Amino acid sequence: MARMKFLCDADRCIECNACVTACKNEHEVPWGINRRRVVTINDGKPGERSVTMACMHCTDAPCAAVCPVNCFYTTADGVVLHSKDLCIGCGYCFYACPFGAPQYPKVGNFGSRGKMDKCTYCAGGPEADGSREEYEKYGANRLAEGKLPLCAEMCSTKSLLAGDGEIIAQIYKERVMKRGYGSGAWGWKTAYRETIES
Amino acid sequence: MASFGRLIRLAFGACALLLVIMAAPASAQQVNPTASSVKEQQLLQELNRIQGRVSIPDQRSGVLEQPQGREWREFRNVTLRWIGGVAIIGMLAVLVIFYLTRGMVRLESGRSGRTIVRFTLFERFVHWMTATCFIILAISGLNITFGRPLLLPLIGFEAFSEWSQWAKYAHNYLSFPFTIGVILIFLMWIAGNLPNKVDVAWIKRGGGIVGHDHPPAYRFNAGQKMIYWIVVIGGGLVAATGYALMFPFYMSGIEGMQMAQIIHSVVAVLFVAAMIAHIYIGTIGMEGAFEAMGSGEVDLNWAREHHSLWLDEEMARTGPNDQTPQPATAAAE
Repeated sequence: MARMKFLCDADRCIECNACVTACKNEHEVPWGINRRRVVTINDGKPGERSVTMACMHCTDAPCAAVCPVNCFYTTADGVVLHSKDLCIGCGYCFYACPFGAPQYPKVGNFGSRGKMDKCTYCAGGPEADGSREEYEKYGANRLAEGKLPLCAEMCSTKSLLAGDGEIIAQIYKERVMKRGYGSGAWGWKTAYRETIES
Repeated sequence: MASFGRLIRLAFGACALLLVIMAAPASAQQVNPTASSVKEQQLLQELNRIQGRVSIPDQRSGVLEQPQGREWREFRNVTLRWIGGVAIIGMLAVLVIFYLTRGMVRLESGRSGRTIVRFTLFERFVHWMTATCFIILAISGLNITFGRPLLLPLIGFEAFSEWSQWAKYAHNYLSFPFTIGVILIFLMWIAGNLPNKVDVAWIKRGGGIVGHDHPPAYRFNAGQKMIYWIVVIGGGLVAATGYALMFPFYMSGIEGMQMAQIIHSVVAVLFVAAMIAHIYIGTIGMEGAFEAMGSGEVDLNWAREHHSLWLDEEMARTGPNDQTPQPATAAAE
């Protein structure tokens, strides 16, 4: 089985926000929630760099470990998903997540954060693949259709790669070899406890 | 003139060409356009978090990476369970052993049948409102830490989620009457709970429950004062940190909420352990103690044995409550 991962080649990210827009549209993500966002560090200064980030679908995911009701599960492809039927909206995954992925539709309203929402790697949720209930709760299930996440598919510079970890790492290594530089796979050490040697 | 202009243009062109040729070896040899850009590991080493600007409305999502969630996870899943388990099970064990060896602390002189008012209706109302809230808050809070390993395997995912959802709502909403209760307890009993010299002697003689003795005490003895300050300080801490978690981002970012959760949970489990001891002494641990918070009136002999100085004060002020003799209980013992 594949081990699905995201890889942002930060040397190519131009902060066009196509990934953000693609994600919002594909899954009809509610207003106020962004499953993916582009962060620009040192914006407008020398040394500026943009990185796109969503749920990294960590190995030994912290969100799953701290969830009081154990609503997370990891698919055979290594995608970390959760059940909105089991989620109680306590906010613990959101304290544990290194990437700020979990979000709540009603953050700020005491007592009721609502069900947590995060990137599904375009793999839906526990409901039947492609069902109406699945789409309403989690968005499209592209993986079940044999397609990769839309954010990476739509990336205008092919900065964002999605797919089996070994394959996208290989693509990245070849790029680094060819162009002669690379800033590493952002977030990989935190998410997967490994980096790509280049 | 035209030929001169052409000459100048030619000279400029030659210069430009020369520049390009001279620069060419360097650019063909892979220039890194982002060489001066920030690096992930360097940023993480400097600040342990990476933050930037986002163009979406949610500015809090500008935090790109903050790996300290790992330490918080270790605390929540391992450290806290140890602290809570040792504190609560340890306290229960100590109380069981204590009860088996010492038993209930009896009224040595029996009941007099005459009573004196110890807590007014308002005081009892505040106590029981806070106590009821506390018990529900404690159970629903312990569920968040211990429910997944202990209760979930017994009742299954759906039932456990349903129960936890209601427990969370109860936890959030009952925090308000609980906080009001703690504030009222602080205000209405502060006068009797300031430590004084009598407490030192009381502690030296082991109090009324550890030592087989009845050291004098005013309205609250040193043990009760300890419970009072645990409630006021512990209650204040859990309330403040609890509201920081209930209203995310009003007071701090994620790292502040992790810290708030750590303080909230550690204080809470110690609080629960202390309250188990309080409940023990107030019920099966000591004869005649429950009435103080039950009917509000205690037997004169109980008051004389446990709060002699307070009784003297009260007697000087009003005298015992002769209107409600209790012959039934007077006959017992």
